[in-house]
Amino acid sequence: MSSEPTDAHAEHGEHEGMTKKKIIQIFMVLLGITVVEFIIALLLVPKNIIPLHYANPIYIVLTLAKAFYIVAYFMHLKFEKIGLTLAIVVPILFIIGLILVLTNESHYWVDLRG
Amino acid sequence: MSAQVSPIDEVKSTPWSGGKSPFQAEYGKIMMWFFLLSDAFTFSSLLISYGALRFSSSSWPAPDKVFQSVPGLLDSGAPLVFVGLMTFILILSSVTMVLAVEAGHRMAKKEVLMWMVLTVIGGFTFLGCQALEWSHLHHEGFWWGTIPSAEELKHLFTGGNEATYSVYAQQFANLFFTITGFHGFHVFSGVIINIIITINVALGTYQKRGSYLMVEKVGLYWHFVDLVWVFVFTFFYLV
Repeated sequence: MSSEPTDAHAEHGEHEGMTKKKIIQIFMVLLGITVVEFIIALLLVPKNIIPLHYANPIYIVLTLAKAFYIVAYFMHLKFEKIGLTLAIVVPILFIIGLILVLTNESHYWVDLRG
Repeated sequence: MSAQVSPIDEVKSTPWSGGKSPFQAEYGKIMMWFFLLSDAFTFSSLLISYGALRFSSSSWPAPDKVFQSVPGLLDSGAPLVFVGLMTFILILSSVTMVLAVEAGHRMAKKEVLMWMVLTVIGGFTFLGCQALEWSHLHHEGFWWGTIPSAEELKHLFTGGNEATYSVYAQQFANLFFTITGFHGFHVFSGVIINIIITINVALGTYQKRGSYLMVEKVGLYWHFVDLVWVFVFTFFYLV
């Protein structure tokens, strides 16, 4: 535990970004998205209202939405200086790169496995 | 300002000219963010490998067949209910953590302490649920390098070539225990760190220091653990 400057508090100008009310709101959004995922998985897909190959992209979009709310609000990244936000968000492009590469690779594995 | 100031002597005042923190964030907090970024790469590698292996498989154990028990209550017939509970607990403990951070900004020691204790309890509850989930799958015959008998596997798949079931069930078991295990290890270390911070809050360390930044930093880690679970939940239990 290094010595933190006691005026570190003053450096963060945007604490007002998260009030108790806002926190509860975000919690409700996260809970709501999870409930929607359950409704799709337990009701809509078994009854064939939504086919599985449509449900999967929906799950992924909903998951990314949840990830956005957690990182932007709970982790406060939305209220940081733009430089810090970019330093964290831009390297995520490498992860997208890995997804593209391994998706391509797995197409090849399908052929290998026959 | 009577004398002409040459450009080289002008005092620079841009954020990156030195003398102040351009990100306006404390060193430890920035380092926590960079650590989390590297951890995000680690988890992505694991999850993307899982995705590639699963994508190239002609069949895969169906999540609502494998995960349909509530340990201690129901042996089957309740798909996703238990993991739904686990997800709820982890999101809830993320909320109590963000409430602790919020109380810290107001220097309300008692509130920070209360929310931190609740966060620790949430973390332990999640770990307990995961232990139950693991032991349930273990009793069914899944483990690293171990799968249930061919007869039992037939009930866990919904189509595909039966001859390949054992191969894909084994891949599923290895990936499931490795990835949820790695995540569980993060939760465990998060709980330990939270306990240390909670003790410091109780001792008044941060009150004396004049800032609850440490709560904020460990909060970042805790939210990240929640974030990873959101992805693990989607890709193991829903897709």
